Amino acid sequence: MTAYLITSVSVVGAAPTDLLIRDGVVAEVGTGLSAPDATVIDGTGLVALPGLVDLHTHLREPGREDAETVESGSRAAAMGGYTAVCAMANTSPVADTAGVVEQVWRLGREASLVDVQPIGAVTIGLAGERLAELGAMADSAARVRIFSDDGHCVADPLLMRRALEYVKAFDGIIAQHAEEPRLTEGAQMHEGEVSTRLGLIGWPAVAEEAIIARDVLLAEHVGSRLHVCHVSTAGSVEVLRQAKARGVRVTAEVTPHHLLLTDERAESYDPVFKVNPPLRTATDVAALRSALADGVIDVIATDHAPHAVEDKECEWAYARPGMLGLETALSIALDVLGPEWDLIAERMSRTPARIAGLTGHGVDPAPGAPANLTLIDPAARRTIEPAELASRSRNTPYARMTLPGRIVATFLRGEPTVLDGKAVK
Amino acid sequence: MIKHLLSGGDLDADTATEILDTAAEMATVAGREIKKLPALRGRTVVNLFYEDSTRTRISFEAAAKRLSADVINFSAKGSSVTKGESLKDTALTLQAMGADAVVVRHPASGAPHRLANWVDGSVVNAGDGTHEHPTQALLDAYTMRARLGRLAGLSVAVVGDVLHSRVARSNVLLLSTLGAKVTLVGPPTLIPVDIAGALAPGTDVSYDLDSVLPNVDVVMMLRVQRERMNDSYFPSAREYARRYGLDGPRMRRLPEHAIVMHPGPMNRGMEITPEVADSPRSTIVEQVTNGVSVRMAVLYLLLGGNNR
Repeated sequence: MTAYLITSVSVVGAAPTDLLIRDGVVAEVGTGLSAPDATVIDGTGLVALPGLVDLHTHLREPGREDAETVESGSRAAAMGGYTAVCAMANTSPVADTAGVVEQVWRLGREASLVDVQPIGAVTIGLAGERLAELGAMADSAARVRIFSDDGHCVADPLLMRRALEYVKAFDGIIAQHAEEPRLTEGAQMHEGEVSTRLGLIGWPAVAEEAIIARDVLLAEHVGSRLHVCHVSTAGSVEVLRQAKARGVRVTAEVTPHHLLLTDERAESYDPVFKVNPPLRTATDVAALRSALADGVIDVIATDHAPHAVEDKECEWAYARPGMLGLETALSIALDVLGPEWDLIAERMSRTPARIAGLTGHGVDPAPGAPANLTLIDPAARRTIEPAELASRSRNTPYARMTLPGRIVATFLRGEPTVLDGKAVK
Repeated sequence: MIKHLLSGGDLDADTATEILDTAAEMATVAGREIKKLPALRGRTVVNLFYEDSTRTRISFEAAAKRLSADVINFSAKGSSVTKGESLKDTALTLQAMGADAVVVRHPASGAPHRLANWVDGSVVNAGDGTHEHPTQALLDAYTMRARLGRLAGLSVAVVGDVLHSRVARSNVLLLSTLGAKVTLVGPPTLIPVDIAGALAPGTDVSYDLDSVLPNVDVVMMLRVQRERMNDSYFPSAREYARRYGLDGPRMRRLPEHAIVMHPGPMNRGMEITPEVADSPRSTIVEQVTNGVSVRMAVLYLLLGGNNR
């Protein structure tokens, strides 16, 4: 195993130091290190962060390998500075049995570009009617701890209560896609001025807020852990703020696109901007940013959602919702939060690793820590070219935008997955 | 002149007025024995209709033919569309055939905007989902101007299912540009959110038809689908008609000169009674006639007929 000596690198924004990586761990940290056998990486001007962890990734395999595979999505993740991703269950077949989650887990091991932690479905076939075998998925080789019907809301309050209670037996957590289905029938974009102008059916903020309000009460009642996926409205932030103040065991994530883009993007009718929950207003964006800074929102999660060309080059109403995120998330965090490295590490690595129970991840580079880390050049600026992305799909909403920051290298257990800004394999 | 006509908002006052003035010239053709001009000879106009709409399609077809254009009717029924061809592939096919203009009717809002990215010719929105229907707004404005002599300063009530109406959106945009004042009337469930901010700042909203009628020059009744009551937009067709339908007694609350419009097809007995629809105030048949003239003007100007 090659050793790597990274010189003069700022660890999470601190004064420059050297990092020696050997045998899968951070062997030494300090100035003036020498290791004649090590490959030297000049870290001058670079920032080292614990490898990023994504709580919300769609890898599309099995079922839609034309849009993404575990391998191509893993490569996109590594290129984005990630060392672990949680793969959502809405594949085909749905990841609602031990067999499917073990398949995804095994494909992740074979690609070995990031740790792929499968998420299990809450209900059979995401149909929202009967619980999937949550315990079997928890006991499988994939050791599932997060369960989600993402893409669909667990709308039935009794089923949601049971799911929250049941997973306590193995310290599981329910990640809810908060969308009241009756309030969003046929919905195409945020309900507001722009949807009225464009004649597209609105997705009202209250459809998200009502479910989050219900679920924090349910989680409080049964004493369970709740995670809220892709929070998108100012009203949801207020519901979460109150719940957290009462001590409810709730965590929440926000996507990069909800931190940057607004519903006005729909004016083009280009479905690359169609996503669920939809892009909201500037007021929502501001509320999400401040909630991320003050901790009401715990995590940035990408909701990386690759789609084949034909599912996006069509009429808005017929297009599938979702956008790519893994390869641009860090740049958007940097753009939105500025060089607040400790905050970025907290929201994109330490906290998501803790929520997912990924003990080898989210640990700052220090002697003895697993060498899961990423090196960032914060001074670089890059223009996003869809054709250059590692993902198999091209549906990035940031095409031709210039964003700050570039991932220079990513290490998974001491092995580089990205070096000099390029995928190693 | 603009290249495409996708929205009532694409037109500034000068352009809209040019279209209306041109339409008035076109109308004189209809009075001739040979109802035909050579203006678009050798040009190809495709009517691309993904929804059944006989009246709009034949209006565009008549307009194009009176200008001597070659007309190709491409309807979703019995075409490759039912075999699952995408809008983009259809667009590339039309492009390859050399369509100079594509007139498109589509159930998805924004489909004409997408189409305009994929063809070189002009795209005319002939109604897209619940978004817009700009040539309907132009023919409505033409009809108002013909009956009342002006548009600036007119007070227009648009009544009914504004939420799902492409006619309402285009009318609000165009009438506001031309200086008329629009009041949208309907049950609160059928008035979309933030409508004034979304379309035109001066737009008013009322839930009370009776209070609006004495102060308007034009009342435009929108078609309301009975099925909407199944989605709880209103309790029953009977209650809708009672609160928002235009009947004889309500019509008599209008000022003497006021006109009654309807884009058709009508639900007689629902939003409008036969007494009103067939009264001298009604412009419903004129609207159809004017539709051909206005669409002739749009095709003529978009295809540069005035530069040849």
